[in-house]
Amino acid sequence: MPISSSYHSDLMQRAEKAKGKKAVFGPDIDLSSYTQHIERGRLESLESLSQQAKEAVIMTGINIKEDWRAGSYMQIDHSVVYESLNKAYEGQLEIRSTTDALNRYDWMEKYFWNAVAVDQDKYTAEAALNMTHGYFIRVFSHQRPPYPVQSCLLVAENYISQNVHNIIIVEEGAELQVITGCTLAKRDAEGIHLGISEFYVKKGGKLFFTMIHNWADNFHVRPRTGVVVEEDGFFLSNYVLLNPVKSIQAFPAAYLKGDRASAKFNTVVYGLKDSHIDLGSRIILEGRETRGESIARTIAADESTIYSRGDLIARTKEYCLAHLDCRGILFSNKATIFAIPQLISEGARKAELSHEASIGPIAEEQVEYLMSRGISREDAVSLITSGFLNLDIPFIPDFLDKNIKDVIKATAKEAL
Amino acid sequence: MNEMLKTVDLWVTVSEKYVLKGVNFSLNYGETNILFGPNGAGKTSFMLTLMGFPRYKVEQGRIYFKGEDITEKDIYERAHMGIGVSFQRPPTVRGVTLRKVIDIISTEASSKENVESIEKLRLSEHLDRGLNDGFSGGEMKRSELLQLMVQRPDLVLIDEPESGVDIENIALVGEAINSLLGKDRVKDPKRGAVIITHTGYILDFVNVDKGYIIFDGHLVCGGNPRDILSEVKRHGYRRCAECR
Repeated sequence: MPISSSYHSDLMQRAEKAKGKKAVFGPDIDLSSYTQHIERGRLESLESLSQQAKEAVIMTGINIKEDWRAGSYMQIDHSVVYESLNKAYEGQLEIRSTTDALNRYDWMEKYFWNAVAVDQDKYTAEAALNMTHGYFIRVFSHQRPPYPVQSCLLVAENYISQNVHNIIIVEEGAELQVITGCTLAKRDAEGIHLGISEFYVKKGGKLFFTMIHNWADNFHVRPRTGVVVEEDGFFLSNYVLLNPVKSIQAFPAAYLKGDRASAKFNTVVYGLKDSHIDLGSRIILEGRETRGESIARTIAADESTIYSRGDLIARTKEYCLAHLDCRGILFSNKATIFAIPQLISEGARKAELSHEASIGPIAEEQVEYLMSRGISREDAVSLITSGFLNLDIPFIPDFLDKNIKDVIKATAKEAL
Repeated sequence: MNEMLKTVDLWVTVSEKYVLKGVNFSLNYGETNILFGPNGAGKTSFMLTLMGFPRYKVEQGRIYFKGEDITEKDIYERAHMGIGVSFQRPPTVRGVTLRKVIDIISTEASSKENVESIEKLRLSEHLDRGLNDGFSGGEMKRSELLQLMVQRPDLVLIDEPESGVDIENIALVGEAINSLLGKDRVKDPKRGAVIITHTGYILDFVNVDKGYIIFDGHLVCGGNPRDILSEVKRHGYRRCAECR
């Protein structure tokens, strides 16, 4: 049974009212430029993608052959083109489009627009009013598929607004790994991606979520993410952005509602060309003995501007602990980094919140030290930069790792 | 040609202040020389000048290694010619693991012996940590020596091997230095070493051929290292100023 029409119509009314509401952060985007609607046919397998699309999705960690994957979800422009679940894990989890899940389960009302407010800003409103699918992944109680589910959201045409709404539910005692790649088939594509993500980690559950963004010079991105973690639950987010983007603004929030719930955000951002990047993470500690950690590593090259934000907000009256570590390296004298850590304790007298933030160059002393071991200056800078970004993410293929290192190597020359 | 390293009338400044004042020094192939001197005398400056660190500006004089003038060569070129250094206080490089550096600088010839060296220096559990990140004094010294064992330089420069190292570890460090110089077996005629110390404890563990004293940027009093050390113990370094 689908969600009720009254629930849906209430959401639509709220969205309608927020259509003109500007976001708190990031440049304001005129959404009227992105009105193309492109539907696509289904794919037999990921291997039947066009060569151009294949190359793009591979670079976001997607395994075309689906080796070492529990399942896959693929969307191109406004259509769901592929969903699959590895037979070995049937009964452990389900993967489908959010549209499908909304039509199938009335209990989706508990998860649809509950971790993110539909009227947060014009982008959430647009994603609600003109939703174009998104993935729904649910891992059943106490199930722990050993391999990740992969999902890919690809934009292949110009002037479209891809408005996906993703929902992940990790049921009690279950564990799930997800790799999501968001990318473009054409490097000169002009458009916008609005990605709503609502994740729910139930009691004792664990969600390991990796997102790799691979955009281009003329593309805007406005993800909106909310995560709710219950008692003894754990949420890990690895976010990687290593390509230029016209503008991106996101400030995902993890609400640690249950006692002893914990969350960790690792954010790795490499600003290139004239990218405007405004990213952060927010951890709200509501349960007793909750823990949070937010680590951001940013490098600003070329003429890029990076805002690296981090909020730790303590609300529990009991003990909680959270730390924020936000570091940046500036490679170019035309680039800018703003590191903005914020600690807020709302009557949480037992909360321990801390942060360290720094922006500085690559230490010449470290470069010379490695050179004395017979490593060239260029390789030393590249090595230190890779180490600084600390891209140690499980299930990311070697060639992607190599590509990341090539990007570092090419741009690190600026820092010499 | 028996001379591996030679400096001729070497004058060096750091931030426009002279730290070496006309140093003439030579080291033959197969030799290990030790430099004594009080803190701030110019020992580390001499070593880092030999390695080519740009902060140490050669104002006058030349440096020759294996007969070639290396005065204008950078650190990387000198490392490739066969000079290696063990630092007194190496920098911390977070995110770059000891394992990674060892993998990069390993040669085909050294790779077989790496495992043995890692075990000998008790560094197996440090391989996946950032370089010197949270290492104790002894661990830093062992890590420095391990990297040199893998790098296999012909000329080894070792700065204060005993500083910050407890008694148990000094023996281990000494043993590693001997192994590095090939002196745990038959003396390696192709290798040479310059060791810096201001306490001289390392002499109990390493066989040294000649000793010198550096005082106020000048190289003074060359001779038998043990004789020099006992002289220093008796009269302190002040006497060296009078010897000049």
